[in-house]
Amino acid sequence: MSNILEVKNVVKQYGDYTALNSVSLQVPKGSIYGLLGPNGAGKTSLIRIINQITMPDSGEIILDGEKLAPNHVQYIGYMPEERGLYKTMKVGEQALYLAQLKGMSHAQAKKQLKYWFEKFEIEGWWDKKIQELSKGMAQKIQFIVTILHEPKLLILDEPFSGFDPVNANLIKDEIIELNKKGTSIIFSTHRMESVEEMCDYIALIHKSNKLIEGKLEDVKRNHRTHKFQVGILTNNVEGLMYDLTQKFTVASTDFKSLNDDLKLEIDLGTSTSNELLHVLTKNGQVTHFSENIPSVNDIFIQTVSNI
Amino acid sequence: MSLLSLIIKREFIAKVRNKSFIVMTFLSPLLIVGMSFFIGYLANMNKGEVTKIAIHDAVGTLKPDFKNTKEIVYVDLSAMPLKLAKETSSKNYEGLIYIPKVADQKELINKVEYISDESPSMEFIMEMEDVIDNQLTKNNLNALGFDSDKIEKAKTKASIHLLKFSGEDTIKGINEMKIAIGGAFGYLIMMFIIIYGNFVMRSVIEEKTSRIIEIIISSVKPYQLMMGKIIGNSLAGILQFTIWAIVGGVLIFTATSFFGMQAGAQGSVDPAVMHAAQGELGATFQSYIKEFFNLPLATLVISFVIYFIGGYFLYSSLYAAIGAAVDSETDSQQFLLPIIMPLMLGVYVGIFTVVNDPHGTVATVFSMIPLTSPIVMLMRIPFGVPWWQLALSIGLLFGTFLGVVWFASKIYRVGILMYGKKPTWKELYKWLKY
Repeated sequence: MSNILEVKNVVKQYGDYTALNSVSLQVPKGSIYGLLGPNGAGKTSLIRIINQITMPDSGEIILDGEKLAPNHVQYIGYMPEERGLYKTMKVGEQALYLAQLKGMSHAQAKKQLKYWFEKFEIEGWWDKKIQELSKGMAQKIQFIVTILHEPKLLILDEPFSGFDPVNANLIKDEIIELNKKGTSIIFSTHRMESVEEMCDYIALIHKSNKLIEGKLEDVKRNHRTHKFQVGILTNNVEGLMYDLTQKFTVASTDFKSLNDDLKLEIDLGTSTSNELLHVLTKNGQVTHFSENIPSVNDIFIQTVSNI
Repeated sequence: MSLLSLIIKREFIAKVRNKSFIVMTFLSPLLIVGMSFFIGYLANMNKGEVTKIAIHDAVGTLKPDFKNTKEIVYVDLSAMPLKLAKETSSKNYEGLIYIPKVADQKELINKVEYISDESPSMEFIMEMEDVIDNQLTKNNLNALGFDSDKIEKAKTKASIHLLKFSGEDTIKGINEMKIAIGGAFGYLIMMFIIIYGNFVMRSVIEEKTSRIIEIIISSVKPYQLMMGKIIGNSLAGILQFTIWAIVGGVLIFTATSFFGMQAGAQGSVDPAVMHAAQGELGATFQSYIKEFFNLPLATLVISFVIYFIGGYFLYSSLYAAIGAAVDSETDSQQFLLPIIMPLMLGVYVGIFTVVNDPHGTVATVFSMIPLTSPIVMLMRIPFGVPWWQLALSIGLLFGTFLGVVWFASKIYRVGILMYGKKPTWKELYKWLKY
């Protein structure tokens, strides 16, 4: 699979401060890509460079096989973290204007807008000013103007901050639908748990450096702990514990369960899960058996603390 | 449609549709014309009032020399005793001129008194002193054996005929007319820069506070946005000025013809006198008109357009940079001062030095410095400016304009993405290097 976006050794400095220290990324075509990292890591600096708002000091950006050029703005849809619209301008005119700035013709933009206004059932808003709309309503408009020109690459900076849960879900569904139609999507956020379920690929950025990049499953596999959570009903706790501690490291844990069972976290060490199951079934009735999959947050914290 | 023209169109429409813009455009000519007529009316009302001044002349020689005018009527109280005259005057009249009895009339030179509660105007004091001086001079002349009446008749009143070397007639007060015309153009540029520069700044701040700026500049270059803003706002401004000129012109025309008719109806002045006055006035007026068309009008108008564009772009790009650097209008004050200063300087230098010496060093230098040249040079042009000076000044203006736009767009580019705190001068300098 080819890449929609390649970032190659991008460096950006603001005075003495290095915002991006030779960062490279590969965003595969058709993926949902999570650009993750705490505030101030350099995510927004990178996104602004991709959007040609600022220029990198060195390095290059390849968009869909071509070196990034001014006319590429029409292929990118960008919703910045700091978003807003002209408060005193009418919704329709404003959306038309922004679409035309992205290179659409007036007629084309109008047709597209009609489609989205109908889809979101907001046809009546065309002649309203933004200042007359509620915050949630304005957010819908904001989303429409971002995707109106059917970008190949959609970049959403802190996508769900400021959206109420209902709108956030609506937007989420739209994003997934767009993705299914072939749009590549980059989420940039510091709230890693909020996008984890949606992303195929992630990159972790910390203090101007990229730490990890890859397919979400691969990243998780590389950071697996080989720990299992186990629930078991047994009359012979002592025997069970004796057998377990022969081969495994055992700790007590807690999770939600409908049974009054013994809850354990077991580190496989060099053994396999089948060996563990064998010991367990010998000593009682297994009610729960699952691998501890690290969250992106865990992986991030673990990676940062290892530096 | 190109991006720049899209931006210009939006800025223009956003400005023109603004309610306060519409109100300002149509209401201010009405207000200004209305105000000036109101003030004129008030001034006229005051003129009709007659001031009564009493005279107590113990000798009786000076009294006839105080002649009644439209504004002042003299009342003779010489018959009353001084004390009573004073009392009467303080109750009924503005003041009392007291001419005491003296042994020798020469003593009157410092013996005449004027008694009043309100201090008299300089003009009136000089009038009174003239009357005394005339009388005493006459006395002196007679005492020396001259016939004062003959001397009075022998006095002449010369009038110098003003010409140019080319042989054309010129008129007195032409310098005042020239400075008035040049000054009007210069002042217009200054007003336009301050008003529309502020609009540009406000529009930048609005984009910043509404947070739409990042969306816009992900589609267009900040430089394009800035230029579009400046041009769009200036077009709105030109439209407004045009409307003002038309509406103002129509209003003044209708108002003057209306008031003129009224004045004519009330007029009870001797037609012959009026005709004579009109003839004289007409001649002067005609020579003014002639002189006006002798001015380098084409140069003036073309230069006005050039300096207008250069000056406005120069300053409004600075206004845009300031708007980008701050988060609210209140924060902009410290940065605005250095912009307003050269504008003010231009106007004052223009008014105080160009009149006295249009081609002196000060006026010449200030008509070269780009920040003041749009104002000062326009004031100088009616007096005739050598071509090379004009060319140099315009060259400097546009050179600086390009430099300033570059500088301003750098600040603008960084500033629009900076939120939160007000930057210092040092930080602005740092932004130039980003």
